[in-house]
Amino acid sequence: MKLPLSWLNDYLKLENVSVKEYCDAMTLSGSKVEGWASEGSEVEGVVFGRILTKTRHTNSDHMWITTVDIGAGEPVQIVTGAQNIEVGQLVPVATNGAKLPGGVTIKSGKLRGEVSNGMLCSHYELGFEDGVIPGSDPNGILIFQREYPIGADVMEALGEKETVVEFEITPNRPDCLSVIGLARETAATFNVPFAIPPVEVKAEAGGDINDIAKVTVEAPDLCPRYACRLVQDIKIGPSPAWMQKRLKAAGVRPISNIVDITNYVMLEYGQPMHAFDLNFLEGREIVVRRARNGEEIVTLDGQPHALDDTMLMICDGKKPVCVAGVMGGANSEIKDDTGAVLFECANFLRGSVRTTARKLGLRTESSSRYEKGLDPNMVVKALDRACQLVEELGAGRVVGGMIDVDNSCHTPAVIPFRPENIRAFIGADIDDAFMLDALRRLDIAVDTDKMEIYPPTYRMDIECEADIAEEVVRLYGYDKVPSTLVSGEAVSGGLNKEQKLRGRIKSSLVGQGYYEIMTYSFTSPRTLDMINAGEELRNNIRILNPLGEDTSVMRTTPVTGMLEVLARNYNHKNKNARLFEIATVYIARELPLTRLPKEKDIITLGGYGDMDFYDIKGAVEELFASLGVTNVTFDTAEANPIYHPGKSADIFINKKKVGTVGEVHPDVCGNYDIGETYLAEVDLDYLLKCAGRDPVYKPLSRFPSVTRDLAMLVDDGVKAADIEGAIRRAAGNLLEELELFDVYKGSQIPEGKKSVAYSATFRADKTLKEEEVNKLWNKVLKNLEHSLGAVLR
Amino acid sequence: MKEQLEKIRQAAADALEAAETGEALEAARVRFLGKKGELTAVLRGMGALSPEERPVIGQLANEVRAFVESKIEEKRAVAAAKEREARLQNEVIDVTMPGRRRAAGRLHPLNQVLNEITDIFTGMGFFVAEGPDIETDYYNFEALNIPADHPARDTQDTFYITDSIILRTQTSPVQIRVMEQTKPPIRMIAPGRVFRSDAVDATHSPVFHQIEGLVIDKGITMADLKGTLEAVVKGLYGPDAKIRLRPHHFNFTEPSAEVDVSCFACGGKGCAMCKGEGWIEILGAGMVHPKVLRVGGIDPEVYSGFAFGLGLERIAMFKYGIDDLRLFFENDLRFLRQF
Repeated sequence: MKLPLSWLNDYLKLENVSVKEYCDAMTLSGSKVEGWASEGSEVEGVVFGRILTKTRHTNSDHMWITTVDIGAGEPVQIVTGAQNIEVGQLVPVATNGAKLPGGVTIKSGKLRGEVSNGMLCSHYELGFEDGVIPGSDPNGILIFQREYPIGADVMEALGEKETVVEFEITPNRPDCLSVIGLARETAATFNVPFAIPPVEVKAEAGGDINDIAKVTVEAPDLCPRYACRLVQDIKIGPSPAWMQKRLKAAGVRPISNIVDITNYVMLEYGQPMHAFDLNFLEGREIVVRRARNGEEIVTLDGQPHALDDTMLMICDGKKPVCVAGVMGGANSEIKDDTGAVLFECANFLRGSVRTTARKLGLRTESSSRYEKGLDPNMVVKALDRACQLVEELGAGRVVGGMIDVDNSCHTPAVIPFRPENIRAFIGADIDDAFMLDALRRLDIAVDTDKMEIYPPTYRMDIECEADIAEEVVRLYGYDKVPSTLVSGEAVSGGLNKEQKLRGRIKSSLVGQGYYEIMTYSFTSPRTLDMINAGEELRNNIRILNPLGEDTSVMRTTPVTGMLEVLARNYNHKNKNARLFEIATVYIARELPLTRLPKEKDIITLGGYGDMDFYDIKGAVEELFASLGVTNVTFDTAEANPIYHPGKSADIFINKKKVGTVGEVHPDVCGNYDIGETYLAEVDLDYLLKCAGRDPVYKPLSRFPSVTRDLAMLVDDGVKAADIEGAIRRAAGNLLEELELFDVYKGSQIPEGKKSVAYSATFRADKTLKEEEVNKLWNKVLKNLEHSLGAVLR
Repeated sequence: MKEQLEKIRQAAADALEAAETGEALEAARVRFLGKKGELTAVLRGMGALSPEERPVIGQLANEVRAFVESKIEEKRAVAAAKEREARLQNEVIDVTMPGRRRAAGRLHPLNQVLNEITDIFTGMGFFVAEGPDIETDYYNFEALNIPADHPARDTQDTFYITDSIILRTQTSPVQIRVMEQTKPPIRMIAPGRVFRSDAVDATHSPVFHQIEGLVIDKGITMADLKGTLEAVVKGLYGPDAKIRLRPHHFNFTEPSAEVDVSCFACGGKGCAMCKGEGWIEILGAGMVHPKVLRVGGIDPEVYSGFAFGLGLERIAMFKYGIDDLRLFFENDLRFLRQF
């Protein structure tokens, strides 16, 4: 809402308040100022000044040296060549730095040796024609013929320039989408008197509208109140300059006197209006009804619209002539030859206007006000104000009487006045007298006998005690509310076990050199093709109104986001990447959704560059170890199109599959235009269940260990897990540690075989004897030969 | 013989004085004390002395030996120190060459900030709650006093899955979920992802993060809200940070406020970062609306509470001087490595 500040003067007097102070105070009392600007003239820095002295310039035969009071500090010395000035006159002074039309800037300087701190201006220099401003002299300085405050801005005082303040009005305060509403807030904020000048309509045309026109409201559920007045002998023409200036400053384009009046009243009262050309209303009749399916209307902007039976229309005897509360129809538009006008001022149900405006894709000043809910009682006041303006402007003759179909039943809430509750709720010592005064300033009635509060009808947002507390405290000042800390019963907060474990997971991965990433929760369905995804990943939840195809489905796998980020880094020539994300995936229980889907968190690792399969596998192993998760096994992955079939493993905890790790399938890498890449996915929820058990301390042995190394030849296909299994089974629990230290293929190793070397460490609760270890070791070797066909080297 | 011994003492003293290295000292030791050394030769001739002379000469010989030995020891220590010094001089490396790092990764900058904020709140006894990203219209709007067709819905452009299931536009639905499950006193924060159909640019993202806060107990006041937020802001931005509450409107709080923090760049004097205002808006807050308490099964005549919501990206952007929201989701390592 743009408010030209001079408009406030119609309702109140605000003195000695700068624009900055005004904006700050309004913001802190609840009407947030978005910004302000001075509009209407390029002249800046020209103020009223009074000539105090006038002496001859010693080096000039025609110049004068003057001293001028410009309202700020010492009087300034100004040299002028004008001959029409006298001491005591009030003149326009362009101060140092002032801007004049045509890009002229005035600077302090010397004229023939005498300092001149500015310039006395003629009306030409301010951009005025002859005779516009009383006191203008074609041969000299403009001498004002009436008093103005010294130091005030000349262009503003002359109404040439307007300070326009833009407010951000929250949806609960449609009453403030009006000059009167903001004037009321201003008066309450600065505690100055406020009054709306009386509105009187002479109705010189006489007669009674009820004899000429007829209104039927067939849909009172959507139209609580509908009122009309009639104006005859219309003289269409431009509205006067003062009205045009205000409209323009408020951001509305002037069109013609009648249309401008409806807009002016809307800005002033916040009540939208509409003007129909009476002669284009068939049967001189208004019917307020729902559209019939198949009906159409061409709106004022020239757009045709198909209507349906949820939309409220203003119709004449036959057809729709206006989309109620949204926009008028072209068929009854005010034209240059319009002779009689029917003014509509109505109250429509906010939800109805909102849905209709959305369906038709029309959003207007009118619809945005109706959507927020308007006071039905405003209808009559606004209608009379429009008629008063018609008479003031001589735009036509108002017919007597009014049609007012009133089905409204809004009764404002009655709220108990419990000052002690408000004090306790706010936590500030606001006394009763202040509360009563604040409510009075806001036009909220209080009965101190019954201790009851009656909000005005236009404040539909006030429903309960908390609302009253807000009204009081915003005038009291949020800044005056003290700061206290929550007292009361002690509570134990902090992170729960699961949240702490998440922290440990991240610490482990970060400690291993992985960087955390964050990716979107939605993706393009095409990305599933890029990872050759199987059917199980394709039951995506779709967004009905996505921003675009790229963000149209909720992800079912974290892999696509990870690969996209890896590809982006690869593209940007970041040499090595090790990344991780804890990403939520969304699994529909059924499609379309009838209940909320399952949201599952997956730990995803990804990387390229200085990395191979065993690096990323090692990262997963170390992660599990850091969480105290045991009983972890890996085995060749089930067919999974994302991964390289020979270089991927499924991950198991307690024999339950919890994820996959491996090299990304070269086809998938090709789709992302990226080189050799590795991924790991681990189901976080299951991991959390297994993690975090406290370790049990084992005493540090005082006895020495014995280490034996072993190298063997086995078939190429024999897995390390099998060899280790065979060793462990045979060695029993005296085997303390088993380490694979070499795998070798090539010269001296027969085709189809590999050499594998382990180091085994034994320890017991006593000093092991040579024979005991030998016995155990022979058992191990036999078992390897027997179960895996291993040949010792 | 006496003279001979004195000569040897003198000769040894001279030789040792000149000896600088370990080798030279060893040569001197062999020359005087070795099996074929000069002193040994003298001692061998002792047998020819008279019994009276023997102890006298014997004592003198021992003195000379002790002198030579101690002299050698002394010089050895000096030589060793010199040699070590020389060796160390030769072992100089270029300390300006880069160190070998065990490169750790980093948490995402948003989560670093989130951890910091979470620590502040858990330190004040708050617990951390969570809610689903895909949420019902009921929890996201209805229960928060934002009925269908309310214009407040226009300010949060919503992604719809069905008519009644949406991507949550705010973390506030967690308030209701927590009230339904927890009896007061409640002190919780709920960080999470939220979604709005805003086209991507430097300051808009369809995905971003909020941190919701909720405190409910008997006798909770607006002054408590102010004090809590003040403590949080001081925790985040240091003890000099101040807050300013401006009246605002949210459907689920009454009274409501927008909260500014004194500009962290200029301290409130006004600068480019705060656009000359001295204040930077960082969160929305208010006293929980009685209707919302009732929906959550809590009697507003007995309990009161406050709620607030912070935008994580906004706080991180100000904290690190980041000017483009998109960087958080692009995850370029050159960006991630900076935090």
